[in-house]
Amino acid sequence: MISYLIRRVLQMIPTLLGVILLVFFLFKYFGGDPSELLAGMSATPQQIASIRGQLGLDRPVTEQLWIFIRQIATFDWGSSWATKESISNLFETRLPATLTIMVPILILEVALAIVAGVAVAYVRGSLTDRLVMVITTVALSISFLVYVVVGQYIFGFWLGWFPVQGWSSSLWTNLVVYAPLPVFLAVLVSLAPHTRLYRSFILDEINQDYVRTARAKGVGENTILFKHVLRNAMIPILTNVATQLPGIFVGSFLIEVFFSIPGVGREILLAVNRSDYPVIQAFTVYLASLTMVINLVTDILYKFVDPRVVLK
Amino acid sequence: MNAAVLEELPRSPGVWAQAWKRLRADRVGMVSLTITFLFIVLVVMAQLGLVAADWQREVGTPHAPPHFVGKIADGSETAVVEVPSGPNADLSAIDPLAPRYKEWDERAAQFKTADSAKSETLPLGGDRLGRDVLAKAIKGAQVSIAVGLIAALFATVIGTVLGAIGGYFGGKVSDFLEWIYNVFTAIPYILLIFSLAAVLKSGPLAGAVGNGIWTVVIILSLVGWTGIYRLVRAEYMKHRSREYVRAAEAIGASHISRMFTHILPNISHVVLVQLSLHVVSFIKTEVILSFLGLGVPVDMVSWGTMISEAQNELVLGKWWQLATATAFMATFVTAFAMVTDALRDALDPKLR
Repeated sequence: MISYLIRRVLQMIPTLLGVILLVFFLFKYFGGDPSELLAGMSATPQQIASIRGQLGLDRPVTEQLWIFIRQIATFDWGSSWATKESISNLFETRLPATLTIMVPILILEVALAIVAGVAVAYVRGSLTDRLVMVITTVALSISFLVYVVVGQYIFGFWLGWFPVQGWSSSLWTNLVVYAPLPVFLAVLVSLAPHTRLYRSFILDEINQDYVRTARAKGVGENTILFKHVLRNAMIPILTNVATQLPGIFVGSFLIEVFFSIPGVGREILLAVNRSDYPVIQAFTVYLASLTMVINLVTDILYKFVDPRVVLK
Repeated sequence: MNAAVLEELPRSPGVWAQAWKRLRADRVGMVSLTITFLFIVLVVMAQLGLVAADWQREVGTPHAPPHFVGKIADGSETAVVEVPSGPNADLSAIDPLAPRYKEWDERAAQFKTADSAKSETLPLGGDRLGRDVLAKAIKGAQVSIAVGLIAALFATVIGTVLGAIGGYFGGKVSDFLEWIYNVFTAIPYILLIFSLAAVLKSGPLAGAVGNGIWTVVIILSLVGWTGIYRLVRAEYMKHRSREYVRAAEAIGASHISRMFTHILPNISHVVLVQLSLHVVSFIKTEVILSFLGLGVPVDMVSWGTMISEAQNELVLGKWWQLATATAFMATFVTAFAMVTDALRDALDPKLR
């Protein structure tokens, strides 16, 4: 176990290094010249030279790379070019809003999709099953954006059940007043693909030998489905949840932009529009590291869910 | 054995002939294929300028409703501005501009203004500027489907070539490609899109790429190749030591020849299905990117830009642009997804 952990952490180093190199060289050689972006249109050559000196752009590339790596390791990113807000502050203030939206989405999405998946698998082959499959196919073909546009119009504008958009500084108000509509719409949209996926996970298990054995010894269909099949189907379901887990820190860009939620996603999009490179670089590197850590944790958690898994 | 005897032998149809036969038996698949084909014809015609070439012309009044809805009285026509009665006061004595009015009138007369007749209703309504929504949806189909197809093609080529190299050679090359794969997948999908968008927006490549659909195509294909790479690599690892590949080696086929003329046709069904899956997913991603302002430029129209515009229109009760774009997109995406399913069933040798 310990040796597995050590090896996995060691394996993460080259990947992380790759992410750092990719981000560094992408912006270094393919991005615009930061000094010109910063100084604006009417800058004198002296101003540009002075900014180049401040940013260390006049030093050799290897030294710049070293500065970049040092910034990552010490969590000292300096500040945004556009707003001069420190980047650690950006993380601190934007992440809560993203989590307020994403955590309820993830919980509701998984809970509802399991219920729907089991229900559809229970009546597999029937008219209801086929009807649900057709509806989900059609539902999947419509863009996420359409659901959000129409949903905001119907529930926010027309029926007036929820505020159209907004955000406050209190967590409770956000959860009760502003989050419900975006959360509801996101869950609604994800229900179709998740139901299909979870149904297929359950149907995969239903054809296994142990199910036939259970039937042969006279176990009732309900017990088979809820006790035997569901437990085994939880493994692929958990894998699916695990792949989504890093996403809750990135947030849903569309939802955040659409409902003006001051989260991580909206901040990154603003940074892209302002060519605010430090913000994009910092968020990309840290969210990639976070993704790797979460993947490691879920791999270890498998051990507890599925005793057949041997960590090696 | 002479040629005559060979002719007598029963012929077994090839993989593609068999797949086509199975596909033809699939009724849902054939209907979807027909719809997809019609869309492709529409795209080609729009590309050649045969249909919807003048989608930018303002042929109707702003927000002209569709024919079947009829003219909507929005109150603006009924408000009558009262014309002041009584004789016109002669202000020429105190109006400092009075001496120049005649000169300006003459100058203005030199320009011809064509007062184009604007129709009150359009087949499927008009947008904010009175442009025909039907023409926009057709032009949008051209852009959206082109983005989806080209980006998916690029992503498939990158994924297949890298997967073939990694899976076929193994060893150090494979390790290196795996490292690149790990790096690309470690970064959340959307963040990679945004980093590339930021770079292509302001970097030295911004001029080279231009501001057409190519930015979106490059971003989508650079982000989307990873899944295809993984699948193709696994297939090549399975195939590289099969007997037919060893036989090809024995007769002196080069590595390149073995990779692409011997193995590739045998795994082409995997590649083809991946290609069409990516077309659907890229068309959907383009919608989101266009809404976020990173998609096709403002002087072009795609289904994504149409749906984004609709957000403000819906509040005014102008639902037709949203409905048209959604209907077009849903029809194409559903048909294409079903063709993909039918294709997978027809090509998968395991189901035989």
